[in-house]
Amino acid sequence: MAEMQDRFDVIVVGAGPSGNAAAYTLAKEGLNVIQIERGEYSGSKNVQGAILYADALEKIIPEFREEAPLERHVIEQRMWTMDDTSHTGMHYRSSDFNEEKPNRYTILRAQFDKWFSSKVKEAGALVLCETTVTELVKDLTGQVIGVRTDRSGNPIFAKVVILAEGVNGLVGQRSGLRDEIAPESVALAVKEMHFLPRETIEARFNLRGNEGVVIEAMGTITKGMTGTGFLYTNEESISVGIGCIVSDFAESNVTPSQLLEAFKAHPSIAPLLEGSEVKEYAAHLIPEGGYKAIPRLTGDGWIVVGDAGQFVNAVHREGSNLAMTTGRVAAETVVALHRRGEEMDALALKDYERRLEATFVMKDLRKYKGIPALLHANKGTFFGAYPRLISQAMQTWFRVDGIDKKTKEKAIFRNFRETRSVWGMLGDAWRVARAWR
Amino acid sequence: MHIVVCIKQVPDSAQIRVHPVTNTIMRQGVPTIINPYDLFALEEALRLKDTLGATVTALCMGPPTAAESLRKALTFGADRAVLLTDRYFAGSDTLATSYALSMALGKIGADYGTPEIVFTGKQTIDGDTAQVGPGIASRLNLNQLTYISRIVETDLERGTITVERRAETGTQVLATKLPVLITMLEATNEMRRGSIEKALEAARAEIVTWSAADVGIEDLAKCGLRGSPTIVKKVFAPSARSEKAEMIEAEGNLEARANAVIDALFAKAPAVEDDLYAQAVHHYV
Repeated sequence: MAEMQDRFDVIVVGAGPSGNAAAYTLAKEGLNVIQIERGEYSGSKNVQGAILYADALEKIIPEFREEAPLERHVIEQRMWTMDDTSHTGMHYRSSDFNEEKPNRYTILRAQFDKWFSSKVKEAGALVLCETTVTELVKDLTGQVIGVRTDRSGNPIFAKVVILAEGVNGLVGQRSGLRDEIAPESVALAVKEMHFLPRETIEARFNLRGNEGVVIEAMGTITKGMTGTGFLYTNEESISVGIGCIVSDFAESNVTPSQLLEAFKAHPSIAPLLEGSEVKEYAAHLIPEGGYKAIPRLTGDGWIVVGDAGQFVNAVHREGSNLAMTTGRVAAETVVALHRRGEEMDALALKDYERRLEATFVMKDLRKYKGIPALLHANKGTFFGAYPRLISQAMQTWFRVDGIDKKTKEKAIFRNFRETRSVWGMLGDAWRVARAWR
Repeated sequence: MHIVVCIKQVPDSAQIRVHPVTNTIMRQGVPTIINPYDLFALEEALRLKDTLGATVTALCMGPPTAAESLRKALTFGADRAVLLTDRYFAGSDTLATSYALSMALGKIGADYGTPEIVFTGKQTIDGDTAQVGPGIASRLNLNQLTYISRIVETDLERGTITVERRAETGTQVLATKLPVLITMLEATNEMRRGSIEKALEAARAEIVTWSAADVGIEDLAKCGLRGSPTIVKKVFAPSARSEKAEMIEAEGNLEARANAVIDALFAKAPAVEDDLYAQAVHHYV
């Protein structure tokens, strides 16, 4: 009898942004949903910078701004290329971002995810924490019909399983649906939370009220590896972190903590953190292989969403919005099939992929499909040589030392030419332009 | 048999942050857990349930969010969860807490049967007083067994219980009549992991929620801040220990060196030697 009762419409594996988006959407449409999370609560295992992109969440919970724990809305984006002593920045700041419904927010994931999870429960999903899904259960035809967990007892059965299990995709791997994630397709990022009084943050970053700043940085800070650093302003803290491709770490012998320490000590970063107290540190993997690294997304009775599907746009530092969007679209696919009383087999679930094609998720990932490999293959050039050249050029250009500007121009150009050659630079430009299309 | 286990939801002390600016404890965003000492009490109750077929009720006084801790208790294997929550309880010290809990235990007795055993943990990690358990016992006139390390025997026919109580100088074996209140020592058992069926049941379960009025509290002056004579005079960080580390010189084979270390420890704490000796006798004789 218990077994009959425990057959659900949908099992969602994982309670991160993609799993919560899926479970919420399904439960709200009246489906019988169980969400299984290995952590003590939603958010206890989750790590992100973190920026929340409003649009993706708005499409799921339109009134989220009234309730969700948000830190600051972002009004200024700073993009830096750095060498060891300087940075060259492009900043965009606009009071237009002080709009009624701001576009981007900094958030603290532990709090945000807890809130999102409370909405999932309110919508009527059964949320089971501290339970790890170990494998998928299949029937004789290979159709996934449920999951086994690390708790004793019977499997949990459902018509379809949504795998929102995160970057490693362990359940998918164990069940033979996908390969282990390649070290070239995943970044390891470390971050720290630095506490400062809000007045200090506001004075230091030229902010008022809940305005916030985002700094994204690349250059010699990654010691020749493919990666970026970041610094985000929260209400009373600063998130600072850096991440690089795992295979680069393996080759370089640089540890993530060394990298973060050096980044924090950089003369452009150190004054921003001065006097702060570190209260938290965290590390996480980020899938950065892009379009080409996307595993199989659907099969008989299963769908993959979020990080598990490599849904991260590394170029634009977007991930949680892709996660929420794929979670929502997967849920909408399942709801439609459920309403029509259709089987959740591979053929029917393929509709999820068709729906995704129409969203920014697939369009953006396809647009940048060549970028991850290009940057990785030329990491010395893009993360070392060019940042150095740009810094040196700026130094030459702005230093007033009695040398005439024409001579300075020539010196700058000579420096570029000697380091990268004219054909090399043209080639880089062409390759980037082609990969960017 | 009916067993009630009193549990408390506490902030996870490993994850508490002190606000760097105001120097106050930041409760917001700090995860909560079941007071770790209470888990030993709950597991002991569940073991009695396994062997004697008891019904286990988990009782918690706290804010509405404490329902999560009760749900966890259900996942472990408790049969029923009761949440005592009311804004009048805010700011309760041990006197007010034991009063409110004893009133709730009265209603539990009336509604679900008088419990033969009421369990609490040794103490909580946020209060560290170890007073609430004894407070409940004296209010309800229960025999109290504190700092219990083992339940030796429960004889329901004769209505007696025999337990081991760890004292500084050794282990006492005590026998008394039911009903009793037991405060359970730490590291006396290991909490089980509930089955998937239990976890599903817990996730769906209705938590019984009672207010002050529901449990028959008429005099609100006995509750919360008003009913709490304890005054916190000062909060300060403890100073570092003044005792210096000591180097123990030892030579010879492994056994000789181990003995040298043990001798040095026993010289400092003779009670530990007595205690270990008593336990060894218990196990091997």
